[in-house]
Amino acid sequence: MTDLLAPLPPTTHATEPLPGPSDWSFELVERYHQVIRATAERFGLDTYPNQLEVITAEQMMDAYASVGMPVNYRHWSYGKEFIATEKNYKRGHMGLAYEIVINSNPCISYLMEENTMAMQALVIAHAAYGHNSFFKGNYLFRMWTDAASIIDYLVYAKNYVAACEEKHGLDAVELFLDSCHALSNHGVDRYRRPTRKSLAQELAEQRDREAYAQTQVNDLWRTLPRRADAPDEAPENKRFPEEPQENLLYFIEKNAPLLEPWQRELVRIVRKVAQYFYPQRQTQVMNEGWATFWHHKLLNTMYDDGYLTDGVMIEWLKSHTNVIYQPPVGHKAYSGINPYALGFAMYTDIKRICEQPTDEDRAWFPEVAGAPWLPTLHHAMRNFKDESFVGQYLSPKLMREFRLFAITDDERQTELEVSAIHDESGYRQVRETLSHQYDLGSREPNIQVWNVNLRGDRSLTLRHFQHKDRPLHEGAQEVLKHVARLWGFGVHLESTNAAGDVTKRWTVAGP
Amino acid sequence: MSLQSIIDRRLAGKNKSIGNRERFLRRHKAQIREAVKRAIDGRGIRDIERGEEIHIPKRDLSEPVFGHGSGGVRDVVHPGNKDFIRGDRIERPKGGGGGGSGKGQASDSGEGEDDFVFALSKEEFMEVFFEDLALPNLVRTQLAEVPEWKSQRAGFTSDGTPNNLHVVRSMRGAIGRRIAIGAGTRRALRDMQERLAELERDGDEVQARPLRLEIAALRARLARIPYLDPIDLRFRNRVKVPVPTSKAVMFCLMDVSGSMDEARKELSKRFFILLYLFLTRHYDKIELVFIRHHTQAAEVDEENFFHARETGGTVVSSALVLMEEVIRARYNPSEWNIYGAQASDGDNWHHDSGRCRELLNDRLLPLVRYFAYVQVAEEEQNLWEEYTQLTESNRHFAMRKAVEASEIYPVFRDLFKKEGAQAA
Repeated sequence: MTDLLAPLPPTTHATEPLPGPSDWSFELVERYHQVIRATAERFGLDTYPNQLEVITAEQMMDAYASVGMPVNYRHWSYGKEFIATEKNYKRGHMGLAYEIVINSNPCISYLMEENTMAMQALVIAHAAYGHNSFFKGNYLFRMWTDAASIIDYLVYAKNYVAACEEKHGLDAVELFLDSCHALSNHGVDRYRRPTRKSLAQELAEQRDREAYAQTQVNDLWRTLPRRADAPDEAPENKRFPEEPQENLLYFIEKNAPLLEPWQRELVRIVRKVAQYFYPQRQTQVMNEGWATFWHHKLLNTMYDDGYLTDGVMIEWLKSHTNVIYQPPVGHKAYSGINPYALGFAMYTDIKRICEQPTDEDRAWFPEVAGAPWLPTLHHAMRNFKDESFVGQYLSPKLMREFRLFAITDDERQTELEVSAIHDESGYRQVRETLSHQYDLGSREPNIQVWNVNLRGDRSLTLRHFQHKDRPLHEGAQEVLKHVARLWGFGVHLESTNAAGDVTKRWTVAGP
Repeated sequence: MSLQSIIDRRLAGKNKSIGNRERFLRRHKAQIREAVKRAIDGRGIRDIERGEEIHIPKRDLSEPVFGHGSGGVRDVVHPGNKDFIRGDRIERPKGGGGGGSGKGQASDSGEGEDDFVFALSKEEFMEVFFEDLALPNLVRTQLAEVPEWKSQRAGFTSDGTPNNLHVVRSMRGAIGRRIAIGAGTRRALRDMQERLAELERDGDEVQARPLRLEIAALRARLARIPYLDPIDLRFRNRVKVPVPTSKAVMFCLMDVSGSMDEARKELSKRFFILLYLFLTRHYDKIELVFIRHHTQAAEVDEENFFHARETGGTVVSSALVLMEEVIRARYNPSEWNIYGAQASDGDNWHHDSGRCRELLNDRLLPLVRYFAYVQVAEEEQNLWEEYTQLTESNRHFAMRKAVEASEIYPVFRDLFKKEGAQAA
C-alpha cells in the first residue's frame, strides 16, 4: 500500500450532525462506523477488515480473564483473574475497559453494551482503526504474529488441553501448565522468525512431531556402547547445548528426556501463545499512543466536517483527557509513565515537528522537520518498538513538558542520585535511559540454558546474566522447582555478574 | 472495501469462565473446605443455605516467574520534576523499591500479604458441604433443588402482558374515567342547552348564536375524551408462592454433659443441619425445638444449645420426657409432622437406658414421623444396645454411629429413599 502524502479532502460534508443520544442502536452504530471508516480512509489507515461485536459487562470480564482472547484453554489462573475482576467490578473499585481488541484477521473489537453512543464512537475509532492499523502495520506484529490463524490456533489449543485433561486427569495437566506458565516469559524466540501455518498443517504436523521428537530426545541419552573403533571426541569438553539458548521452553520441548508426547505439545502451546503476545509487550507506548492519536484525530476531523454534535465531543473528550493524564512522581495515583500519555504526546509531537518545526527541532530531527506528517507518522509506527521509538523520536520539547528526570539507584550508595534532568546537558541521557527502560531485556531477567550434564546426573544448568548487577528476586527458587518438574532431573541456576563470576546459585533436585 | 459488520454477542454464552472458576475452586479445595467448615460451625441451622466469603492467602495463589529483585544499579526516568537539578541526592525511599520502582506497571498480583477474598455462591457452598457429608448424588440434587412454586392470583396491576389483560376491569375503569373527566363539561353543557332552549323559545337569535358555538365546542371536547386510555388497562396479577405442603416440627435432642466435647458437638450439628435441610424440601414451615440435657433436660435457644457446656452425669430419658411434654403441649400430632433427631456420645446412667427404650417405643415413636439417633462416639454402651432392639420393630427409627461427618448420611438413608420416591 502506498502512503498518502497528505490527507485526502473530505468527499462529503454533513448536512446535519449525527444524533448523539446516550443510548446507542445498531443502526446508529453502523452510521457512525461508516463515517469513521470514510474518515480513516482519508488518512490512509490500512486495516484488517473490522468485526465489531457488542458484548455485556459480564462477557467483558470473561474476555479479561482469558487474557483478552475470545477462546482459550482452561486453567485455574484464568479463574482467579475472573474472580478478582468480577469482585472489583461489582464493588465499584474499577470500571471495565471500554474495549478489547484482538489482533486477528478480521480484527475483532468488543463494544460494551453499557457504553453511550459517544463512547462507542470513541471505541470504534480507537480500536477498530487505531489498534487495527497498528497490528497490520507494525513490523513486530507482521513478523511474529499471524493474525489470520490465531483464533484457530487457540481453538485447537483449547480442544487439545481438554483432551489431555480427559486422558491424563485434571491434576496432571494443571500441574504441568503451571510449570509452563512459570517460564512463559522465557518461551519466546527473540531473534528468529516463526513460520506461518494453517490449522490443518498444525494438526498434521503435531502428529509427526510427536513421533519424531521422541526419537530425537532419546538419541541424546543413548546409552548403547559405542563401537570400539569409533573415535572418542573428548566428551568431557563438549558442551550441550553448544551455544547458550534463550528460549527455555523451546529447549525443554525439544530436549527434556522424560516428557510424554502430550506434555511436549502443551509446552509448545504455552510457548506459541507467549510468542503471540510478545510484540504487545514491546509496543505498549507505541500501540496505545497510535490508537489514542487516531481516535483524537478522526473524531476531531469528523467534528470539523460537521458530523458530531458538541455533546458527543465533550463526552469523548472527557474520557480522552482521563486516559492521557500523567500524574507526576510522588502523586498517589502515580505508577510509572502512562503509556497512553507518552505515546499520544509523542505522535502529536512528531506531527508538530513536521508542520511547525523550531530551530531546536531542526537540529535534533533534521529529516523529520518540515517533512509531510502523514508518511512520517506511518513510518514511525511501522518500523519501531517502544525502545527504539523513544530513542528515536522523544524530543527535548516533550521532555520539558513531561518534566522528565532520571534517577540512578545504586545499591552501593546510601542515596539516590538525580543523574539527568530536562536540560541541555541532560536531554540525551534522559532519552537514552527511558529508551532502555522499555527494553524487555532490562525489564525481565536474562536467563539462558547453559549446560546439561550429559555424562553425570543429567542435571540442567541455567545461567542468569545480571543486568547492571541486578539480582533475581526470591521467587527464583519457586520457579526453579517448576523447571525441575519440566526437565525431570535436577536443575541449577547460576547468577553471573558482568565480569562473568557466579555470585549466587540455586539448586533444585529432580522430582 | 471488505465486509464490515456489527455482531450482537450479548446472548451468546456469558459464563465462558465457569470452567476456569471450577478449576480455581478445585485447586483451593482444602482452604475452601476449611472455610465452609468454619462457616457451618458459626451459622445457625436455618441459616445454612447461603454463600460464604472465602479468604485465601495471596502467597498460595502466586504464580512465580523470574523477576528482578532489589539491588544492583537501576536507572529510572520519572515525569513531573519539581525542583531537582542534576547531581541532587535524594534519600532512598523506605521499603526497597518504593518510589524508584518505575517499571510502569503496579500489578495487583504482587507479593502483598493480603488475602485474596472471593464469594462462594450458595450452590458452591452447599456442594462442599454435601461432599463433606458424602451424600449420594441423587440426594444432592434432591436437596439442592429449588422448592416447587405455584403461581397464584394476587389482585390486579396496571402493568402486564396482553394475555393477562382483564377486559371487564379495564372497561370499568375506562367508564369511571370518562364519567369523571367529562362531568364538569357535561354539567356546563346541560346548563347551556337549557339556556339555549329558553332563548330559542324567546326567539333571541342574537344571543343564541354564540351559545350554539360554545355548545358545539363543549361537545367536541367531550368527544375528545378517549374511549380507552392506557391508564385504564388492568392486568391480572400473579405471584409465585412456594407450594405449601404442611408444617413440621423438628426436635433436636443433644447430650451436653461433660463428655461431649466441641468436636462431637460440631458433628452433631451437621447431623441436625442435614435433617433440617431435608425437611425444608418437603415442608413449608418448620419449627425447631432444641432440647439439651445432662441429668436434667431443658428447652433452650439455638445459641445455648450448641455453645453452652455443662458438667455432670447423663440421664437421657429426661430429654425424651421433655420432648413428649412439648409435643402434648404445643404440637398436636394430627396437625404437625414431627421429626426427632437425637445426638449423644452414648454415655448414659445405666439404669436409665431401658427406660429410654420404653419411652421411645411406647410414647414417642407412635407420635413422630421419623426418629434418628446418632452416636458420635465409637464405643457401644447400654443405650446403644437398648436402641438396637427398637430398629427391629420400628421402621421409622434409624440409628448410626458417626465419628466423621461422612458417616452421618446413612442414618437418613431410609428417610431419603422413602420420601425421595414420594417426592419424585
